[in-house]
Amino acid sequence: MPTLETLSAYALCVFTKALTGARMLWVGCAPAVTTRVYYANHNSHGDFALIWACLPDDLRERTRPVAGADYWLKGKLRTYIAKRVIRAVLIDRNPETRTEDPIKQMAEVVDHGDSLIVFPEGTRNTTEETLLPFKSGIYHLAHTRPDAEFVPVWIENARRVMPKGKLLPVPLLCTLTVGAPITLAPGEERDAFVARTRDALLALRPPEE
Amino acid sequence: MTSLQVTYSLFVGVGVVLIVASAVGWILKTSVAKGMPHPTIDNLNARIKAWWVMVLVISLAFLFGRPGVILLFAFISFFALREFLTLTYTRSADYLALAAAFFVVLPAQYILVYIGWYGLYSIFIPVYVFLLLPILEVVAGDTKRFLERTSKIQWGLMVCVFCISHVPALLTLDIAGYEGRNLLLIAFLVIVVQSSDVLQYVWGKLFGKHKLAPEVSPSKTIEGLVGGVLSATALGAALWWITPFNPWQAGLMALAVNVMGFFGGLVMSAIKRDRGVKDWGHMIEGHGGMLDRLDSVVFAAPIFFHLTRYWWA
Repeated sequence: MPTLETLSAYALCVFTKALTGARMLWVGCAPAVTTRVYYANHNSHGDFALIWACLPDDLRERTRPVAGADYWLKGKLRTYIAKRVIRAVLIDRNPETRTEDPIKQMAEVVDHGDSLIVFPEGTRNTTEETLLPFKSGIYHLAHTRPDAEFVPVWIENARRVMPKGKLLPVPLLCTLTVGAPITLAPGEERDAFVARTRDALLALRPPEE
Repeated sequence: MTSLQVTYSLFVGVGVVLIVASAVGWILKTSVAKGMPHPTIDNLNARIKAWWVMVLVISLAFLFGRPGVILLFAFISFFALREFLTLTYTRSADYLALAAAFFVVLPAQYILVYIGWYGLYSIFIPVYVFLLLPILEVVAGDTKRFLERTSKIQWGLMVCVFCISHVPALLTLDIAGYEGRNLLLIAFLVIVVQSSDVLQYVWGKLFGKHKLAPEVSPSKTIEGLVGGVLSATALGAALWWITPFNPWQAGLMALAVNVMGFFGGLVMSAIKRDRGVKDWGHMIEGHGGMLDRLDSVVFAAPIFFHLTRYWWA
């Protein structure tokens, strides 16, 4: 018997894929049910849904997006979608008010055998820049759970579909390119790891006009 | 024959062709490829499978008559426009023009076709939208590559919405002695253009030696073009009984449609080359995107529509 949650999840997947015509290209690795941290560039609120909807069913069931509690706990519908449908790991982005350590929250999910979707830029990129500098969170997570594979996912066109401040999405096709997994090398420093993961993500984007 | 009998015979004929094609594909897969992966044969089978789906979708739309066909082609336009605009350079300032293209111009064109307002749907995009688009663009204030951006959206709308909408527009023609049969005119156009594509492919594979346009479309050969167009024209003439034309008129119409279709394919290939892609999209397995299947229909439809309208309506 399908629950309301699974039906909503299914509807969300169908809607997202129909709107964006999204395709996921597994360039650097094959889909596998292992503990992975998918990290991607962040341009629109729909990015979570995009990666999550494009994952194969068996992977999607075991993959949880990491999202800002400030945005996703506003209003009943958003809270429902975040908590019950996409089962987001909600973190408080403000260090002053938070009661839980976000890295610890993420590590617990990894320990449970689930995968994560993270956006290491920390916030949506609404600038002209291709990719903002990464926050160091990605290193701290890798440091606490050195076995986790970090998999870059370049999202192309999401910004064209949903430009900043616009409500109606333009239905252009999105492509998600999945790169090769990266793990923390023994003794690798924070800045080196952050730079390596960022470069690996940038390498996946199609050539500029 | 009554129009119902004609329709049934036509669909039975198409069904037989597809069954034969599927059988051939299956025999090739088991005897030549011996069940192992084989790029050409697998692609052929994927194409045949997609043909089944397309014929079923078109039949379903035909069952619902004019609203069904118009809705079907509106969706086809939508998918085609999406593929086209995804591959063009746009900036965030194009948002208004892009949103208008998808959510205003496209539905408006099909509503005009539905109500049969020929005087407006035949000039709506070439005149009104042509002037509206640069206005929407200039209001956004971004002048970088302005002419290029505006022209490309206009081109997308002409090709994907205006031209494609001339297929269902065939339903709005009043042809004396052909009342209630206009759906068959669509069937004629689609069958002739698509079989021309297939026959050019088959003739090219079997006898192709001299490359026709190596820079634009390396797989096209003179043998393929001549063989394909001539055999598809003969097929068109043989289908005269579903049209308001007599056999030689049906043959000439088919020839016009095939020549336009051929050049349509060539032009759309040139755009793909320029953009550095092999296919417009990935919607239909074995065929690429919606536009890859429709490139020849796009160029043939308005010409077929106007020739028919001028001499028969």
